[in-house]
Amino acid sequence: MSKAPVTIELADASFGWHGHPALKSVSGCFAAGGMTAVVGPNGAGKSTLIKGIMGVLRPMAGSVRISGGGRSELAWLPQAAELDRSFPVTVLDLVAMGAWRRVGAWRRFRHDELERCMHALETVGLADVAGRGVDTLSGGQMQRTLFARMLVQDAPVLLLDEPFAAVDTHTADDLMALLCGLHGQGRTVIAVLHDLDLVRDHFPECLLLSGSVVAWGDTASALSDAHLKVARQWHARAYA
Amino acid sequence: MTLAQWVVSPFLDYGFMRRALAGACALSLGAAPLGVFLVLRRMSLMGDAMSHAILPGVAAGFLLSGLSLGAMMLGGIATGLAVALLAGVVARLTPLREDASFAAFYLISLGLGVLLVSLRGSNMDLLHVLFGTVLGLDDAALLLVTITASVTLLVLAAIYRLLVAECLDPGFLRASGGGGGWVHMGFLVLVVVNLVAGFQVLGTLMVVGIMMLPAAAARFWVRSAARQIPLAAGFGVLASVSGLLVSYHFNVPASPSIILAAGACYLFSIVGGPQGGLLRAPRRMRASLTS
Repeated sequence: MSKAPVTIELADASFGWHGHPALKSVSGCFAAGGMTAVVGPNGAGKSTLIKGIMGVLRPMAGSVRISGGGRSELAWLPQAAELDRSFPVTVLDLVAMGAWRRVGAWRRFRHDELERCMHALETVGLADVAGRGVDTLSGGQMQRTLFARMLVQDAPVLLLDEPFAAVDTHTADDLMALLCGLHGQGRTVIAVLHDLDLVRDHFPECLLLSGSVVAWGDTASALSDAHLKVARQWHARAYA
Repeated sequence: MTLAQWVVSPFLDYGFMRRALAGACALSLGAAPLGVFLVLRRMSLMGDAMSHAILPGVAAGFLLSGLSLGAMMLGGIATGLAVALLAGVVARLTPLREDASFAAFYLISLGLGVLLVSLRGSNMDLLHVLFGTVLGLDDAALLLVTITASVTLLVLAAIYRLLVAECLDPGFLRASGGGGGWVHMGFLVLVVVNLVAGFQVLGTLMVVGIMMLPAAAARFWVRSAARQIPLAAGFGVLASVSGLLVSYHFNVPASPSIILAAGACYLFSIVGGPQGGLLRAPRRMRASLTS
């Protein structure tokens, strides 16, 4: 694990696509070792926030500061829909991408990295499909594969974008248990989720978005009826 | 005449046949692997667009300094890359999608190119630029094609991992500090350079055939990109040899014969290929019914 604790600070940060802001003026801090759920209606800017923190999207205004090591300390589990799943690579190939920061485009993929990949696949219960093409995977297996790739990244901060979308409850339970274990090791977890019951059960902190921050704090008060109503009304207005 | 004689003697007897063979095979070895990535990235029409895009540059080079290989090459690369960049910029700044803006630019290029060639050259020159002179390759042209193929394979080997990662999950690659944008650009440069090198051999229009057809055929035989690449190159070489032989023995033009041979290879693969070929379709249907 890393030396200095990694915190993510947003100062009045806005993010958007093609010049249109999708998420306005977010200010706040993800503390090291925290476990935060990011929730909100469709189009609220949840994925946009994750991409902004990962640096895939530049802030249109304001700033994102990652203290204690920078972006190399962040591991990312993107939405499965953003991958080209028809591309002919194996499950192991996809998981091995997690070692990119250590191996890069030209260095040899050493035996210890391969072992790390196989270990990650065992952890998520996919050791027996390592050689299969990613286009043959079910939704649940795909999420497990992406989870394994995140494990191979071996970073102190984990950002997950809808890790339980399109998966069976069995897979969701497995991955949630793994996630709690990772948090228990002292890692910071930030996850975009839809299932509010799951959030209330497992996530001490919650960030509720609807185009901007509605509430950010401990889960019980962030997900109060009043806050949820604000988010719903925003969604109704935005998509009327 | 025995089969062995039928196959070997044209190349033993005539220097221009040997040159044609070397040129077409070198072109296949460089271009077909690029085609594999174009197919996998669903950019098959990109090769087509680029082949038209290089035309005005080639024609401008021809206008300025006659049949000078260097001038035509530089011109072709310049306009090819210009069209790729312009199409990208238009797609980013306007609501027009990239494929449409590409189509628009390459059609303009085609018109401009044909106009430029006809300004000075004869119809014969135009035919040479459009359809190549595979049976009349000089040393310079042969050298250009072989150097291009060598450089292409070396660069492709160097950026292979980046290219696969970029196709698979570009966002993740960028978040992992892998760059990405320049890989795409570098790949496009390789495509353009191969098309320009190939226009002497097969002509600007048909050189795309040796890039795409073997790659599309290889897709039906093996799964992984790493296997499709050598197979596509092999299909390209096979098409080159058989196309030249058909052209020689039946006295038909060489470059269309090579492309048609590659086309036959593709059609056979659609039907007989084990990876999704038509003959396997009934078995697949049965499997999905029973499972």
